[in-house]
Amino acid sequence: MISQERVLTKLVAASTQQARLLELFELQHDEGPCLDCYREGRAVANVDPVQAERRWPAFGAAVRAARFASVHAVPLRLRDEVIGAMNLFLADRATLTAEELALAQALADIATIGLLQERAVREQQVLAEQLQGALNSRTVIEQAKGVLAERHQLTLEAAFTAMRTHARRNGRPLLAVAADVIDGTFDQSLQPDL
Amino acid sequence: MCISRVQQILTAAVLPSRRGGATHWEALCADCAAGLPFDGVGLALMADWGPADLVAATDGVATLMEKLQRDLGEGPCVDASSRRRPVLQPQLAATAPTRWPGFGPPALKAGIAAIFAFPLQVGQIWLGVLDLYRSVAGPLNAHDLTEALAFADAATQVLLHLQDQMPLAEGLHPDLAGHDDHAEIHQATGMVTVQAAVMLTEALLLLRARAFSSGRTLPQVAHDVVDGTLRFNPADEDDEDES
Repeated sequence: MISQERVLTKLVAASTQQARLLELFELQHDEGPCLDCYREGRAVANVDPVQAERRWPAFGAAVRAARFASVHAVPLRLRDEVIGAMNLFLADRATLTAEELALAQALADIATIGLLQERAVREQQVLAEQLQGALNSRTVIEQAKGVLAERHQLTLEAAFTAMRTHARRNGRPLLAVAADVIDGTFDQSLQPDL
Repeated sequence: MCISRVQQILTAAVLPSRRGGATHWEALCADCAAGLPFDGVGLALMADWGPADLVAATDGVATLMEKLQRDLGEGPCVDASSRRRPVLQPQLAATAPTRWPGFGPPALKAGIAAIFAFPLQVGQIWLGVLDLYRSVAGPLNAHDLTEALAFADAATQVLLHLQDQMPLAEGLHPDLAGHDDHAEIHQATGMVTVQAAVMLTEALLLLRARAFSSGRTLPQVAHDVVDGTLRFNPADEDDEDES
């Protein structure tokens, strides 16, 4: 389960498509071990159906109905940030050992990386273009500030304000206006405003 | 479980246990320098005009290595980016003075004996360069080369991940913006195009030449242009000084 903007939003994977299990994830939009684990950034371990029902009435009842012996949740962490939680359901045992919990956390950490990887692979071309664009556009805007300031003996700040005002007034991207400044077309269109 | 070397590197660099305020970069570069026989690691983003922001460097020499290349517009990282392949220089003393007359001497003087530069690329898009240096000359063995390539791939993934966290209109992730005064270099370049009536590329060359000939850094020269104490004249590369 992955969170975005502080709200649990998305079930990214489940080991079975068993309807009851999916229902258990569904219920956790409002309450449940995943939500607690995500909020507190700590594992929720060894919760049996009785405890579950006491802590999370709707979710606990569903756990009991699905005949699980225990539920657990470990945080998906990226550095200091908790980006989601991994839910574990045991059919026949009430507790996980400390070693098993540590293993579960290690798997969750790897799952965090896996998520990054998958997203990056799918979108990496687009992201790379955006990044390159951001690097270059920042350069172009600064250069245009210098050109305009020198050409009209303005401060750099006044040059930037002039470009931004022009961009807003004409509904054009700042980057396009900056390019106009550099190739000289901006001066013809804006001379009186300066 | 089978995970790739790149994933292992990423896992180690972004694990929650690695705290202490280090960015993903710093962690990645530190791992690279610690796990491999390199003395230092630098990571620079590349824009169209050349080395842009220095995002991480493990030590003072690595910082110098990156800044020299940015100020001079030449060096292994510039070549790795423009030629779009790794640049391996195991004997810097033998090759650098002729290949990079500006970069070579100060790099050697700083104790850099070998440099290995790896482009960070996605398809046909080049985003930056991972530079590794050693204070002892000698080639990389196959293992270290494979490792360095894996670190470069991991660095590329971190780059994309950070960019992915940014809203489209907001440009670069804060972790990617350098700590240097890059803005002034670009502003000065724009001003010099008008002062000297040249194109942008030429204006940047004039600034670099000035920095080189006066033994100062590019940001220092750019700062003087921005505050008006240094001007460049048209059709004449003799710029005039304040005093």
